[in-house]
Amino acid sequence: MDFFRKFFGGGDTPSAKAAKERLRIVLIHDRTDISPQLLESLRVEMIAVLTKYMDIDESKIEMDLDHDESAVALVANIPVLRIKRGASDTLADDLTDAKIPPHTESLRNQNIRSRRRR
Amino acid sequence: MGARVIVITSGKGGVGKTTSTANIAVALAKAGKRVVAVDTDIGLRNLDMVMGLESRVVYNFIDVIEKNCKLTQALVRDKRVENLYLLPAAQTRTKDAVSPAQMAELCSQLRPDFDFVLLDCPAGIEGGFKNAAAGADEALVVTTPEVPAVRDADRIIGMLESMGKSPIRLVINRFRAIMVQNNEMLSQEDILDVLSIKLIGIVPEDDSVIKAANRGEPLTFAQESPAAQAYANIAARILGENVPLLQWDSYRSKGLFSSLKKMFGF
Ligand SMILES: Nc1ncnc2c1ncn2[C@@H]1O[C@H](COP(=O)(O)OP(=O)(O)O)[C@@H](O)[C@H]1O
Ligand SMILES: [Mg+2]
Repeated sequence: MDFFRKFFGGGDTPSAKAAKERLRIVLIHDRTDISPQLLESLRVEMIAVLTKYMDIDESKIEMDLDHDESAVALVANIPVLRIKRGASDTLADDLTDAKIPPHTESLRNQNIRSRRRR
Repeated sequence: MGARVIVITSGKGGVGKTTSTANIAVALAKAGKRVVAVDTDIGLRNLDMVMGLESRVVYNFIDVIEKNCKLTQALVRDKRVENLYLLPAAQTRTKDAVSPAQMAELCSQLRPDFDFVLLDCPAGIEGGFKNAAAGADEALVVTTPEVPAVRDADRIIGMLESMGKSPIRLVINRFRAIMVQNNEMLSQEDILDVLSIKLIGIVPEDDSVIKAANRGEPLTFAQESPAAQAYANIAARILGENVPLLQWDSYRSKGLFSSLKKMFGF
């Protein structure tokens, strides 16, 4: 009888549903498995961008990936000392000739996933 | 210019890379294309047996790289169809016998003479995979509807993307419609949703795959079984044809029948 129930799709939570949910969660983690070097290049480039707009306390920056059951967040705590005056006006111009630090290449070579996550 | 170079890969082993390579190669050759299937699984060569050409292997691609023979000497011609060749792997060497640069160079040597170079990739994400992928433009990623295979496929897709391969398309192999219907197997939608990748075809679980491998006669030579049909459709889609997906419902009755058969023992 058990066999029949299984055969006709009865029973408790279908295993396909469990499979999908488990995959969804494990892939969130797999895809953000980020190396310390990559995180460091990210930090350096972020500072480069931020300092165009504000003075920040570089020594007190905290940055990490926060994992929980179903999501991953990049959490950064960046103490701001001063917002630069007129930063908003020069935004567009400044961006075009922003200096790209040498770390950019290593960023590009890393296996980081840019695919849409659901 | 010249051939499109496509790597057939998976991450996890045993999901159907070699089966897919052989069947797609035959189907493309039957469609009139000049095809070479390259076995890049050094030390664990299989493609020669699945294609039924093992008795005619003399040289392998490492002999070509090391200049022990000319490329044309290493190519094994399949006599059953025009313009189909196998370039075998060395059985007694290891993956580090060649470098990605040498594999890319080998692909460049093959390009002018073929329309398609299909690279049957070893399992894993290490040297063997990197060698095989080095010379490829495009990739087919094979997975079964099982959790470990899908997870490994995701890893491989990430690596292929960062290597700039495009398009990267998914083959779902060993699909069992009746299990999917009973919600006991990941459906195609589930898999595509999780992997966010384009599908190129679904190959059903089919006993004739094993029978074909026993005989060394790729299924697409006969094109009767469901798997053969699925592989022929994948080849057509590679050629840019707009072939609708096999309606797996049409195998439902068959699947149901064989399940009933098993159940009642006839
Ligand atoms: N659609 C299928 N139906 C039934 N058996 C299959 C199917 N695809 C592959 N197989 C079997 O699975 C095994 C592994 O296939 P293979 O192509 O050698 O995988 P890989 O090259 O990825 O290791 C072989 O025994 C093959 O006959
Ligand atoms: Mg194989």
